[in-house]
Amino acid sequence: MLSTVVAGLAPVQQSYLLQARQMQALSFAVHIPLVCFGIAFPALVLFIEWRYLRTGDVVYRTLARRWTKVLVTLFAAGVVTGTVLSFEMALLWPNFTATFGSVFGLGFAIEGFSFFLEAIFIGIYVYGWDRLSPRAHFLTGLPIAVAGVLGSIMVISVNGWMNHPQGFRLVDGKVTDVNPWRALFGNSYFWHEFVHMYLAGYIVTGFLVAGAYAVGALRGRWGRYERIALAVPLTAAAVASPVQVLVGDWAARDVAHTQPVKLAALEGLGRTTRGAPIHVLGWYTDGRVEYGIAVPRLLSFLAFHNVNATVTGLNSFPANDQPPVNVVRIAFQLMVGIGTLLALLSLGFLFVRWRRGNLPTSRWFYGALVVAAPASVVALIAGWVTTEVGRQPWVVYRIMRTNEAVTGASGIPVSYAVLAAAYLILIGAVAWTLRRLAVSPLPASEG
Amino acid sequence: MLETIVLLFALAGLVLYTVLGGADFGAGLWQLLSGPGPRGRAIRDHAHHAMAPVWEANHVWLIFVLTVAWTAFPVVVGSVASTLAIPLSIAAFGIVFRGIAYALQSATDVPHERRVIDTTFAASSILTPYMLGAAVGAIASQRVPVGNAAGDLMTSWVNPTSILTGCLAVVAGAFLAAVYLAADAVRLGEPDLEREFRTRALIAGVLAGALALAGLAVVHHDARHLYHGLTSGLGLAAVIVSAAAGLGTMALVWWSKFQPARVSAAVAVAAIIGGWAAAQRPTVLPGLTLHEAAAPRSTLIAVIVAVLAGGIILAPSLGLLFRLMLIGGFDRPSEPAATPARRTARYGTPAVGFARLALACLVAGFVLLTVLDQGVAHVFGVIALVAAAALAFFAVGPTDLPDSSGGPPNSHAR
Repeated sequence: MLSTVVAGLAPVQQSYLLQARQMQALSFAVHIPLVCFGIAFPALVLFIEWRYLRTGDVVYRTLARRWTKVLVTLFAAGVVTGTVLSFEMALLWPNFTATFGSVFGLGFAIEGFSFFLEAIFIGIYVYGWDRLSPRAHFLTGLPIAVAGVLGSIMVISVNGWMNHPQGFRLVDGKVTDVNPWRALFGNSYFWHEFVHMYLAGYIVTGFLVAGAYAVGALRGRWGRYERIALAVPLTAAAVASPVQVLVGDWAARDVAHTQPVKLAALEGLGRTTRGAPIHVLGWYTDGRVEYGIAVPRLLSFLAFHNVNATVTGLNSFPANDQPPVNVVRIAFQLMVGIGTLLALLSLGFLFVRWRRGNLPTSRWFYGALVVAAPASVVALIAGWVTTEVGRQPWVVYRIMRTNEAVTGASGIPVSYAVLAAAYLILIGAVAWTLRRLAVSPLPASEG
Repeated sequence: MLETIVLLFALAGLVLYTVLGGADFGAGLWQLLSGPGPRGRAIRDHAHHAMAPVWEANHVWLIFVLTVAWTAFPVVVGSVASTLAIPLSIAAFGIVFRGIAYALQSATDVPHERRVIDTTFAASSILTPYMLGAAVGAIASQRVPVGNAAGDLMTSWVNPTSILTGCLAVVAGAFLAAVYLAADAVRLGEPDLEREFRTRALIAGVLAGALALAGLAVVHHDARHLYHGLTSGLGLAAVIVSAAAGLGTMALVWWSKFQPARVSAAVAVAAIIGGWAAAQRPTVLPGLTLHEAAAPRSTLIAVIVAVLAGGIILAPSLGLLFRLMLIGGFDRPSEPAATPARRTARYGTPAVGFARLALACLVAGFVLLTVLDQGVAHVFGVIALVAAAALAFFAVGPTDLPDSSGGPPNSHAR
C-alpha cells in the first residue's frame, strides 16, 4: 500500500512545511530529555529513599529530599512541554489526527492516564515528606516510577506505529477495519524502540546528574553526600550503557528489515550492494560517501549476519521517497559514536569501581563525566533525529506523506518564533532554579 | 450510542478541567489583583499554597479531553485545531509561561524577582482560559466548518460569542477560585483571608451572573441556533440549573457557608458546559453530526475500556490526593517521623554472586538477542540484558563507598 490514503480533511498547500517540522522537532528536543528523567529519576530517588529506610542514615534522606525538588521542577517543565506537544499534534498536523486519530489516539489516551497518575502521586510524594510515615511515603513514590515508564511506552507505541503502520485497512483509500490495540501493541517494530529509549533514560539521567556532581567534585565539593549523589546515578548509567550497544544493534537490524530506505540513508548506501561496507565519518554526495573510512562487508554482516548479504541501496527508491541522507547519516553517526564512547567510559568506571572498591581518583575521569553529561543529551536527540527524519517524507510510513498531514493555517513562522523564545526562557528558568538549588546549603543538622 | 458515551467522558473531563483547572487559573487572577504590601503577599501565598500540590493533576484533565477527543472524533479535532490555530496556540503558550512561572515561584523569595514571576503567572492565568473559552465560543457559534483551516482564522474566534465565552471562562474561574480559597481560609483559621475571598467571591459572582445574562442577548443576535438550544428542552433545563446553583452559591457565600458553596459553584459552572452540549445537538460542527464525526466502533470501545480501566486506578488516587489536601494533610509539617534505626544493614556481601550472575545474564542476552536474533529469543534476550544491568547495579553497591578518598586529587573529604 503506497500513499493512496484519502485524508480525513482535504490536503492543502502549506508554504512553511519545513518550519512546521522544525517546530515539532524543537518541541520534541526540549521534551525528550525531560522524559528521560521521568523514566529513570523516580527510580533513583526511590533507591536512595529505600537506603534511608534500610539504614536510617540521614544523608540518604537529605539527598532524596533534595532530588525530590529537582524531580518536581523537571516534572513541571515536562508537563508544559508535553502539553505543547499534544496541542501541536492537532495544531500542526490536523490531517494526520483527522485521518488516523482513531488508529493511534488510544496510545495517547492511555498516556494521558499515566500522566495523570504521575501528577497525582508527585503531588502526594512532594508534599508528603514529613507528613506521611516513612514507609507510606516511600510507597507513594512507586506509582511515579511506574507511570513514567508506562507513559513513555504509550508514546513510543504511537511512534512505532508511525514507522510500521498496521491495525487497519485501506479500502479505496479510506481507513477501515481499525483495531487500535493491534495497531499499537501488536506491533513488532515498537519493542526495540521502547527498550532503546528506556535504557537511554537511565544513561541520560545518570550522566546528567553525575556530571553535575562531577563539576562540584572538581571544585572540591566532595563530602560523603556528594560521593553518593555521584555514584548512584553514574552506576545506573554505567550498567545501562554497554547493554545499549547490543540493543542499538538489534534496533538497526529491525530497521534493515522493515525500513530498508532508512537503513540505506543512515549508512549512506547509494547502490544496492552485495557484501556492503560501512563508512565511518565522511559526507554523502552523488550516491556515495566521500572522505569516509570504509570497513568492507561490515554492513551486510551487522544488518543480516552474513558478510555476503545484499543490502538495498537508495537507488532502489524513487528520489521523492528518500529522506535527507546527510541529516540522517550524521545524526546516526553522532549517536553511535557518542554511545560507544559512553559505553567505554562506563566499562572503565565499572572496572575501577569493582577492582579498587572505590571511585576513580583521576581528574581526567571527572572531566570526562562533565563532558559526558551534555554528550549523552546530544546522542539522545541525534537518535530521535535518526529515526524521525529517517522516516521522512512520510508521517505514516509509506501511507501518508508529511505534506498531506500539515495544517492549512497560516502563521507557522510566528508560532515557531514564539515557541523558540518561550523554550529559551523555559530552559533558562529551569537552569536557574536548579542552579539555585545546587548552591543553597544542605540542612546543617542533616548534612 | 457508543459515541454518546465517549462524548460524555470528554464533557465530564471538560467539566472537571473547568471546575479544577479553571479555579487554578482564577487563583492566578487573584494573585495579579492582590495589591502591594503584606496583605497582597498573604493573598498570593494563600493562593499559591492552595494550588501547589494539585495544579499538575488539575491540568492533566485538559490532556485527557484532548486525547479522548482526537481518538474518538478525529475529524472534529483536525478541523478545530486548524481553524482555531491562533487562540489554541496562544493558550498553549500561556500554559508554557504559567508552568515556567510556577516552577520558579518556589525557587525565590527576592521581592522583585517574585513580582516578575507572579505577574507572568497571573497574566498567563488570564490569557489561557480566555483563549480556550473563545475557542468554545467559536465552535458553539458554528464558525468552525469541517476542513483543514476551512474557517476564517481571525473572525472565527474574534466575534461577539467568542468574546463573551472567553470572558465568561475567566470570570467563572475567578469565582470558583474565590469560593475555594475562602473555604481553605476557614479551614486554616485565617479570618482575614476568609473575608478577603468572601468579598471577591461575591464580586466575581455578580460579574459572572451579569455576563451570563448579557450572554443570552449576545447569543440571540450572534448565534441563533445556540440561542434556540439554550432556551428550549435540555438546554433550558441546564440554564435553569446553572442559574439556581449560581444564586444558591451567592447566598451560601453571603452566609459564609463555604463548604457547600464549593459544590454549588462547581455545579453552576458545570451546568453551563452541559447546556452548551445540549444546545448544540445533534451536530458537532456545521453539517457534521456526532455520529458522523465518531471513530469506528472498535476504537470507541477501546477508548471506553481504557477510560474505565484508568478510572478504576485514578479515582482512589485522586481521592487520596484531595483527601490529604482538604483535610489539611498538607498544611503544616508534623513532627519528622522517627527515623528507622537499622544503620548496620548492608548488602555488600553477595556482591560477587551478583556480579557473576550479571555476567551470565549479559552473555545469555547477547546470545539470545544478537546471535539467535528471532522473535521469542528477542524477548528473553531483552529480559536477560535488563536483568544483567540491574544485577550489575546491585553488585557494584553504588552506596557502599569507603568513608574517605576517591574523587579528584585536590578534593578534600568533609
